[in-house]
Amino acid sequence: MTVDLTAVRGRSFRARRPWGLWAAVAFLAAAALAGLCAPLVAPQAPGATDLMNSLAPPGTPGHPLGTDSTGRDVLSRVLYGARLSLLAPLGVVLLASLLGITLGLTAARLGGWADIVVSRGMDVVFAFPGLLLAMLVVAVFGPGVVAPVCALAVSYTPFIGRLVRNAAVQEGARPYPEAYRVMGFGGLWVTVRHLLPNIAPMLIAQGTLSFGYALVDLAALSYLGLGVRPPAADWGSMISQSQSAILQGAPWGALVPGLAVLGTVVSLIVVGGHIGGSIVKKGERT
Amino acid sequence: MSGGDAIRPVLTATALTKRFGSFTAVEDVGFTLMPGASLGIVGESGSGKTTTARILVGLERPTSGTVVLDGEPAAGGGARRRRARLIQMIFQDPYGSFDPRQSVARSVEEPLRLHFPGPAADRHRRVAELLDRVGLGPREGAALPRDLSGGQRQRAAIARALAVEPRVLVLDEAVAALDVSVQAQILALLEELRRDTGTAYVFVGHDLAVVRHVTDEVLVMRRGRVVEHGDTERVLRDPHHPYTRLLLDSVPSPGWDPGRPARDRRALDALDTPTPTTGHGEDQCRSSNG
Repeated sequence: MTVDLTAVRGRSFRARRPWGLWAAVAFLAAAALAGLCAPLVAPQAPGATDLMNSLAPPGTPGHPLGTDSTGRDVLSRVLYGARLSLLAPLGVVLLASLLGITLGLTAARLGGWADIVVSRGMDVVFAFPGLLLAMLVVAVFGPGVVAPVCALAVSYTPFIGRLVRNAAVQEGARPYPEAYRVMGFGGLWVTVRHLLPNIAPMLIAQGTLSFGYALVDLAALSYLGLGVRPPAADWGSMISQSQSAILQGAPWGALVPGLAVLGTVVSLIVVGGHIGGSIVKKGERT
Repeated sequence: MSGGDAIRPVLTATALTKRFGSFTAVEDVGFTLMPGASLGIVGESGSGKTTTARILVGLERPTSGTVVLDGEPAAGGGARRRRARLIQMIFQDPYGSFDPRQSVARSVEEPLRLHFPGPAADRHRRVAELLDRVGLGPREGAALPRDLSGGQRQRAAIARALAVEPRVLVLDEAVAALDVSVQAQILALLEELRRDTGTAYVFVGHDLAVVRHVTDEVLVMRRGRVVEHGDTERVLRDPHHPYTRLLLDSVPSPGWDPGRPARDRRALDALDTPTPTTGHGEDQCRSSNG
């Protein structure tokens, strides 16, 4: 009886996770692949207009997902749009991680005044809405990809910096950093070679989630016309350009990129949550 | 003390004092350690024994006082690497003292790479040698710390500390977290290593039976001060200070009287009050500091 119970519980636990997880991983892989292979798989050039066929519904020959109001192929634009839509948030996460890790580790390992200055500084940035900062930066430097990416990276830095700081303080309180100091190693070596790898899984989880949020923020900026400039396209700008067509009974132009954003963000949250969950499980074991 | 190399102390601590804010953790602690000797530091929790050990290895900077290692004053900063070659430490929690991501062999190899740069093959041979010396095979070497038992981890920690061939090994409650039978094995190993390598030990602990077994000389600490200092056998057989008597009476043994520690504690408290009932105890206290 007891054996049965544990077996059932074990199976249901294991079965529930990978199903959603694999779907999410598959979706993300497909999105990345779409961006990479867009020139090979897209039926049309992303900017090619076919005015005879504007607002063609999905299923029209040559336009499997229909066309928008200027007759551009929706499928092709979504595939090409994956490039900017995925690369820009990646840039945000990498830049924010670089800043956040440096600041967080500095605060945690130096302690004292360095910790107070860095932590309060991050609190100030944290309190300032990221989108608002990005809009201010765009207002100064003009729309494009680089300015919003840099602005969002700055506003995402406190999320990562705080996490790194707290994790490094906690990890640094364990005996092994001191053991390495007694062995003659310098503080920088211990921090970079031993502390950082031990908090890396947590960072990857946070980075994955941040990627999703950055994607939404960048799509919002594009939607507002503050992001990429035409003719380049990302999913956010596609949604805003096809907005009026919804009223004309042609929702696919906005729906398809919208679903791409939704699917990517949900997948990222699932994957990030799984990584975070497995850290918790590992922590319970030891 | 300038009679030649053979009798130069390997470690001299002079008037060590450590204050944390207004709290004095260690006050005026001093001793010398000869090569191959074994000194015990005993006391209750909070007596300052661990802080003293941490000052010795450089994890804590003394408020005043000096530590002289092998004739050289051990200063902080750039001298860290030199100090590491002379003095090493074994921590109470062997699991926590390892990077959980690294195999035991890699953890032992890392200090070798820092202190003895050379071909990797030599280093790997030395790692195997060190692990073998403490009774660990290649299988344990390839394992992560979490896959080893407490005793195996402590053996690995000893191998890692011995990698740099230190003159002094500080053992901070090194066997306190182990099962009694494993404790005995580790103590036997430590005794064997001391005989073979001539490494001097500073053994910090609260277990008097263990201290009696592994040390020649003992320092009894209370509230940051040394209250008694002498030959281990003598101190434990014939304690002069009431505090040492309390520690001894607190160990349960056949025919043990639980009331005795309480009586000892009262005697000790009487000693602490400004109007001492016995001037005798105060005398002991002062004379034992030397």
